[in-house]
Order: sequence, then structure tokens, then C-alpha cells
Amino acid sequence: MLRLPPFRFLRPGSVDEAADLLAEHGDRAMVVAGGTDLVPKMKRGQMEPEVLVGLGHLTELRAVHATDGGGVEIGAGVTLTAASSDRRVGADHPAYTRAAALVSSPALRNVGTIGGNLCVDTRCNYYDMSVEWREACGFCMKKDGDICRVAPASKHCRAIASSDTAPAAIALGGTVVLVGPGGHRREVSVSDLYQDDGQFYLAKAPDEIVECLRLPPPGAWRSSYVKVRRRGAIDFPLAGAAVALAMAGPVVEGCRIVLTAVGSRPFDVSAAGEALVGRELTGRELTGEDGLLADVAAEAAKVAKPLDNADLHYVWRKQMTRRAVVQAIVEAAGHSPALAALA
Amino acid sequence: MTIEAPRDERALRVVGKSLPRVEAAAKVTGSIAYADDIVLPGMLFCKLLRSRHPYARVLSIDTRAARAVPGVVAVLTGHDLPVNYGIMPTCEDEHALEHEKVRFVGDPVAAVAAVDEETAQAGCRAISVEYEPLEAVESIEQALVPPDDEPLHDYAGPANVHRLAALEFGDVDAGFARAAHVREDIFFFEGNTHLPMEQHSATAQVAGDKVTLWSSTQDPHYVHRALAKVLGLPMGKLRVVAAPHGGGFGGKCDPFSHEIVVCKVAMMTGRPVKCTLTREEVFYTHRGRHPVLMWVRTGVDADGRILAMHFRSALDGGAYGSYGPASTLYTGALQTTTYAIPAYRFEGARVFTNKAPCGPKRGHGTPQPRFALEVHLDKLAADVGLDPVELRRRNFVKPFSRTVNWLRITSCGLEEVTNRVLEASGYARRERRRGHGMGFAVSSYMCGAGLPIYWNKMPHSECVVNVGRGGVTLYCGATDIGQGSDSVLATVAAEELGLWPGDIRLVTGDTGLTPVDLGSYSSRVTFMAGNAAREAAAKMRALLVGVVADEEGCAPQEVEVRDGKVGRMTFEEAATLAEEHLGVLSAHGTYTPPEGIGGRYKGAGVGPSPAYSYSAATVDLDADPGSGEIRVNKVWLAHDIGRSINEMAARGQVEGGVYMGLGEALMEAQAYRDGLHRQPSMLDYKSLTFLEMPEVETILVETHDPEGPYGAKEVGQGPLLPVIPAVVSAVHDALGVWIDEVPVTPDKIVRALDARAKGKEARYGPKRFPDIPYPDLVKVVPPDAATAAL
Repeated sequence: MLRLPPFRFLRPGSVDEAADLLAEHGDRAMVVAGGTDLVPKMKRGQMEPEVLVGLGHLTELRAVHATDGGGVEIGAGVTLTAASSDRRVGADHPAYTRAAALVSSPALRNVGTIGGNLCVDTRCNYYDMSVEWREACGFCMKKDGDICRVAPASKHCRAIASSDTAPAAIALGGTVVLVGPGGHRREVSVSDLYQDDGQFYLAKAPDEIVECLRLPPPGAWRSSYVKVRRRGAIDFPLAGAAVALAMAGPVVEGCRIVLTAVGSRPFDVSAAGEALVGRELTGRELTGEDGLLADVAAEAAKVAKPLDNADLHYVWRKQMTRRAVVQAIVEAAGHSPALAALA
Repeated sequence: MTIEAPRDERALRVVGKSLPRVEAAAKVTGSIAYADDIVLPGMLFCKLLRSRHPYARVLSIDTRAARAVPGVVAVLTGHDLPVNYGIMPTCEDEHALEHEKVRFVGDPVAAVAAVDEETAQAGCRAISVEYEPLEAVESIEQALVPPDDEPLHDYAGPANVHRLAALEFGDVDAGFARAAHVREDIFFFEGNTHLPMEQHSATAQVAGDKVTLWSSTQDPHYVHRALAKVLGLPMGKLRVVAAPHGGGFGGKCDPFSHEIVVCKVAMMTGRPVKCTLTREEVFYTHRGRHPVLMWVRTGVDADGRILAMHFRSALDGGAYGSYGPASTLYTGALQTTTYAIPAYRFEGARVFTNKAPCGPKRGHGTPQPRFALEVHLDKLAADVGLDPVELRRRNFVKPFSRTVNWLRITSCGLEEVTNRVLEASGYARRERRRGHGMGFAVSSYMCGAGLPIYWNKMPHSECVVNVGRGGVTLYCGATDIGQGSDSVLATVAAEELGLWPGDIRLVTGDTGLTPVDLGSYSSRVTFMAGNAAREAAAKMRALLVGVVADEEGCAPQEVEVRDGKVGRMTFEEAATLAEEHLGVLSAHGTYTPPEGIGGRYKGAGVGPSPAYSYSAATVDLDADPGSGEIRVNKVWLAHDIGRSINEMAARGQVEGGVYMGLGEALMEAQAYRDGLHRQPSMLDYKSLTFLEMPEVETILVETHDPEGPYGAKEVGQGPLLPVIPAVVSAVHDALGVWIDEVPVTPDKIVRALDARAKGKEARYGPKRFPDIPYPDLVKVVPPDAATAAL
């Protein structure tokens, strides 16, 4: 079988101590909580940490709190199963719990954490391979090489942002608290956690740890997340759209659209949703007779530039991005997905 | 000694019951020891260093650094194992370790044995191999062109063509000339792999001058032969044991590098050695479904009766021969076992490419042409304005007939499986709603190949039943690969001896302890080993009955054998009495397929079988016209099994076949990009999960084959076959587009829908069939209808 290479495991007493350990060991160290992304990647030589700083045992990271003013704070160590089945979160932020429930498989959600999913490594079928395969292919810039295999002319890595929960958290206006060495804390929007580079996809400092996710009170915002993948029981997203709509009755007062799996970071394409503001989302729009949703989706998906580095044909993945946007709008507006199929 | 005539079916007490398999408890409790569970004192662990190049000359291999790694005990290269081998005598083109040329990414070049797996791996990484890359052959079309460098193998050709076949039965041109309608289609079936749960594993041990190998193999006998050849040992010094098996499906039918290497290392070091492949290595070891490009042309008369058919296939064989010559002929052999084709021409070609070698997978060589044939007939039916079911019915073969290519048909439930599956699924009255569709197809498969893989006149299956103070023990070389053959053997013996399957101790799949059975391939075990076991057990029954009749003073036919009793005595009392009178109680049985079940032309060895199973499927699905995504709602599968020996096990085989068929139809692809496997992992190689697996309604049809044990036929492979074309047909029913390429993925459906929207052909699939230098046709006179009547 594939063997796990040797490493040192450190068990800090607190998240502050964990950040100090990260700073101390520098780029030889990584954090681990559920390990569902990290452990197989260590076996395949995609990640070669000498030191693992464990977070899974820290109960302080495993709480879900209501915040002042009606929002919610979810500890980074909360499992995806716990987050997706939390009724408070589900009632206010259906896009988030839906996204969490659609990550991978039940067994992995029972172990994988919400912090881990926000920070999940970008994916590419030139990179998510054993060291032997990558050696045969020629290494890529994300690990051990210097060019991008799927887009050799690209100056940066084109691995695909594959978090389901990140687009939902962004659409819901979420923030994360980052803990750095010395107990230094800062709060940034989830969107600011990412940058459009498959190799350096996280915009935080390497020794900063995500402590929790904060979702603001929902107010008039209703939300949904639609995921496209081959098999509903396990796969990563081939495309995904999170939509939040601020509704006054049937009238849209605000629209946020965030895409995942279409580039190296989640893309906030809310500008495409401006066309919906002030419009009533009822029959004609939803059945697509006036083409409104199709236009919004086409505009939203302009940013999507899929390449041949994931499952199925990249043209199809682009087409499905538009479809996911339409479906997510319809669902967020409170209509059934069946209607969206007609759009 | 006389053997009682078969009793009538009402008297059967165990055969046909739904019983848990004999090994079920050991499997679900985890107490069974699979090959990788074997641990022996002082055991070494072995890893193989594999080629990183699709095609290259090996200039040098430097193993000095590997030998210096602490904990490394042995390092082997091809110089240690220079003898070539291969499953088919006509293409023994493999070496356990290649030291001259590597032909695919994953080809083994060196082996390291060490105190643990990590050290063996470190040893492999310390080996440096100098390669001179050659231009890789990546497609069928490319393989047909003379290479700039050199062909993969020097024993074949032209270019990289491995094998050609061209056969004609009857006057095909005359048939086409008389036809009221002629249609041509081109199809492509992408390759896919077996994906067994268990990765291959082998452990070898030397004691004195004898070598024992435990392996997750489907046919220990053929491994035994290959080991003797490569290791240069007499067969009597070698013992191959098929370990309890975690899934074969055809992927463990070849002798493999790791099996040979562990034996050699054990011989060199005197220590036991194990090699277990990683999942990625299983994808490279492969021997799975060939990618096949197909062209088919059929002429029918005004009533839709087939007058002539011409079928061409081109198989992408990958890097080695494996079962290739048989695979090639199988793409043309069984078209005739479902449809009475009066004139038939088959031209087949297999080419070498720099990919993992293809071989046999469930249905060996026949799912691809079955997909093409059934979809082609759907289109033909539409052309001539006939219902696709009706067109098929008009051409069904008849029971007890002879096909144009000389295959002997005996029991045949084709009409009945068709009727039953249509009735159960309500196909004719199906709902018409947007995106919903149903598809129907039929198929047929062999109950074991009529000829062995190497020419010999020995029995194909042999069985010994011993009765003694330890109870009843049945010895047979048959190998349970999860298909339930141990349960079949135990059930047959129990039926004859008036016991329950759990009363029979089994010793199977062990070349040192059991008489031969050729192996678990070609769906042969129930029919062949089942008959051998029945003969052995019936002889044992006669021994016991004779002794008891003498003791009780009655005629043998008055002695009932049932419910653990022989006459008035318990089985144990009867066995004791028999041992007093006769000494060792041992009986044997053998099975050899009858003569004359096939033709006598070159190539006639592929296709003949003592019986054929028949299957029909309907598939109900919803296809999303926007995304092309498919949800299969239900599959109905009727299968002519002859008679089920264990109904529960038979249903399990049908459901497994449907599962595998749906995976091939919808998702599975052993695909390559720039000479590299695109997805050698369980996450990226897509197969169905529970969520995608629909309900299966299994209908077992019993036609009581005259030669099968109690009338039984196969169920391991046949039920996969009709599922794939039925899915394609259902997608067309739902959306009006033909997807002439398997797997049918959502992106292909959307491309076909987009093509239709642009006014182009409502189809996705290959557009041309290459020019292939097929040889002159071997013209075979078909059997005369009168003389061939059975």
C-alpha cells in the first residue's frame, strides 16, 4: 500500500500555542485537524511536512455560538457533519449548511472540519497524483516543478479552488478570525482569504490559523448553494454556485453570486446579479421566458475559464456553471429546483 | 458401480434454494484471510520499480545504491528472470522485469525486497535507470502506421498490428444484394478496468526444494505453468494456492510480474516474500476491457429478417499480448448466438499501443460488439419502421440449433427472457414524459470456453470427494473469486449426499492439494466444475448406498439419501460401515466439454461452449435535457440460468453484473493523456456508488440445460451484457440523441443535443473507421441446416 512518510506530531494546548509552533517550525510545518485532505496528499508526496501541528483535539475550536446581533460563529474544528446538521445555522444560512452537507462523503464529513474545507487545497488532475505519476508526467509548478502542465504558458498555477463552503460563506458575507503567532488575531472577509493562484491560493500568512467562521445575521437574505459533480456521494465540485438574495416579498433588493471550481479562487460575481435588483422573481423570470436568469447566469459565468484538468469536458463545465447559477437563484428565491430545470 | 439417473427436479432438496454462501460468515466477520492478510515468520516485503516512460529502451540499470540501503535484502532486474511468458502460447511476450525495453508507464523494470515496505520503496527510489525514449504509440490509428522507431514487438505486424482475423460464413455479398434495406454504423467502446475491491497480492515461501505461492489469482493452474517455465522448475516443485479472493472480474487471470518476482526472491533469500500492489499499480496491471472501434453493416429483407451482416472491429490492446488473440475473435464470435444470421463476415484487428495491457474483463471481448450490435439493430428497426423488439424477435435463434459460424446452441430462453423482462418493466406501455426513457436489449454468453488456453486433451475440471472420520471433503481446483463457486460445489455435493452445503469441507484452488480446474474465467465453473463435483459425489453416494442396501437387505434404489440419512442409518453410521467394508472412501469426477460444439476452421476455438446463457434487460432512466445528467431509476434483468444452484447467490451475480454494466455504460474509462493514465485512483476513476445504483429486479428463467449440472448454466458474466446497449437505447428514448460511444457521459449528451440544435446529426460518436490491412477472408461453409439439426 501507499505508506505515510515519517513526521513529527505536535499537540499544542491551545490555538495560540499552535500558531506559535507554526511560526517556530516555519515552512516545514503544517496544521492538521481531520486530515482528510492532508493525509492522502502526504502519501502521494504532494505535501511533505516534517512537523504536523494537531488541532483536532482542541475543544475551543469545536463550538458553535450565536453572536450578538443574531449572527453565528462556527469554530474551525467543528466537523462538516456537525455544521451541516446545526439547525440554527441551517435556518438562517441554508447555502452554508447545504454546501457543508455536499462536501465529499458522510464518512469524510464526520472527520473533516469546516476550517479544513475553507482551506482545502486547490485541485488539478496533473497534481493530485502519486509522486511516481507526476515524475512520469513531469512535475508542475505547484509541487517540485516549474511550469503549469495544463496551461504551459501560464505564469501561475491553474489548480482549481474546490471548497464547497467557501462560496457559500462569501455569499453570506462571512468573515474568518485568523490567529497568528503571539496570539495576534485579525478578522477578514472570507473572500479576502483567497487569491487567484492555484499554488498560493490562501492570502493569509503561513503561520496564521483559521479559528472560526462568522456568519452575520441573515436579515432579508435568503440563500442556496448548487453543486455540480459526477457522483452525489463523494466527488469534489466541477462547478458550484452560491447565491444570496435579499428579498422584499417577491422583489429582489440585493443579489450576491459566488462561484467555485471555475478558477483558482472562489469568484464573487455579484455584479452580474445587479440586473435582478428591483425585479420580481415570479413565473416569467423563473421559467426563463424573458431570458433574465439566463442573461444573469451568462454574465456571472464569464469569469469561468475551465481547463482540461478536472473531470468531464471543460466546455460542459462552463455550461454547467451557468446552469448552477440559475438553479441557485431559483432555489434561493424559494422556488423548487424543478422549476429551475425549465429555465 | 452404477450411478443413479438424475432425479427429477421435485426431488431436489438443496439445489435451487436461497442459502447464504458457505464463506459468507467468515467474510462479514473479517475472519477470512485474503492474500494480503498472510504473514509468515521472517517475511520480506517487495516493491516493483516501474517505468516512467510510455516507450523507451532500457540502456542501463544501476542498483548499487539500492543494495546499500539498510534493510534491503535483495534487488532484482530482468537479468535475474530472463525467460519470457504470457497466458497465450502464441504471444508469450512478457518478462517479469523488462531489461531491454519498457512499453507502458507502469511496466516493471526492477524489484526490491526489504525488511518492510517503506524500505523496499526507498530501495526502488535508489535505483537509477537510464532510458532512451522512443516515440509512443497512443491510438489505434497510430498503431496502423509504420513506426519511425521500431514496433513494440518483433513477432507481429504490419506496423504495430498484433493480430488480424477475417472470416466469412456463407455468401455475405449475395445477402446484401438481396436486402431491401442496408444500414451501416460506427461505434466506439472506451476501455475500462475491473476495479476489484482487493488489490493484487502474492506471497511466496520456500521449504526445501519446493516453492509455494499464495496469490489473489483466478486461475492458479495457469500461474503454476508460467512459474514452472520462468523459474525453470518442474511443476511438481511448485504449488500455487489461490487465496480467498477479494474480486477478480478477469483482472487476475494472467500470470503477473509480482507473482513471479516473489517466488524468485524467496528462492534467492530463503525467506518468505510478499508483494501487494497499490491501487495505482492495479490500474497499470489492468488486463481490462479493450477500447474497441467497430463498424457494422446489416442487410434485412422487407420483413426485417437479417440476410447478411458484416462486422469489423479494431481493438486497442495496450502493450502486451495477454489474451489478445482470443479477445479479438470474441469481438466477432457471439453476434450469432442471439440472432440467426444466415451470412456473416467478421474482420478483426488488435493493435499494440504504449498503454497498460488489455485483457479479459467480465464478458471478455463481447460487451463491446454487443453494445454496437444492439444499438445498430435499434437504428435499423427505426429505418424499416419496425418496433425494435419485434425486429429482434424475427431474428432470434432457435433452441437446439447451429449458428452460421458452427456454434452449437442447446437450451435457449431468449424468447422467455424477452417476454419476462418486457412484461415486468411495462416497456410497451412506458410513460412518455420529457427526459424519461426506457431501453431494451438482449445478449448471450458462454458457459465456459470449449477449449483450454493451451492445447491439451486432459479434463477441464476434476473433483475428488472423500468421506472419512473427518466428514465429507471435496477437493477441486476451482477458485472462488467471490462469484460463489465454493457454494456451488458444496451445494452439488450436499444434494447428492443428502446433506447441507455447510456439511461439506472444501479444499479448492490449490495446485498442490486439488485436482485441476482450469480457473475462474469464461463463466465456466458452475457448468464444468459443477458437473465434475456432481459425478464425484454421485459415485460416493452409490458407494454408501450399496453398503447400506447390503446391510439393510434391500435393493439400492430403495435406499433414500436425504436429510443426513442413508436409508435408516445416519450419514456417519453409513460412512463408518462403508469404511469397514471398502477402506478409504474416495470418488472422483471429471468434466471435458463435448466434441463437435464448434467448427473446424482457423479461429473456431473461440466461441464454442457446452451451453449459452441468455439475458434481456430493460433500463428506465431520466436524462436531464439541460445538463445531460442521467438518473437510472430501475433495471429489470431476466436471465436464462438453466437452473439456479443457489438462488440467492445467483441474484447476487445478476445484481453485480448490472452494477458493473451500468458503470461501464455511464462512467468508467481507462483513459490516457500523453501516454499517461488519466485517473489511476478510486476517486478519479469514476464508478457508481450506492447513490447512483438503482433498484434491480432480477428474473431468473430456468430452461434446464440438458448438459449443465441439474440443468444449470452460467450467471457470472452474461447479465452485464445487455445493460450497456439498453442504457444507450433509453437515452435515445428520452432525448432523441444517439450516443454511439461508451461511456455515455453528460458532456457527450449535451454535445449531441447541441449538434441537433444546430441542425446537425443528433449523435455523438466516432465518424470514421480506419483502413485496416485485414487478410484474405477465410471462407467457411456454414453448417447445412438439415445435417446440423440437433
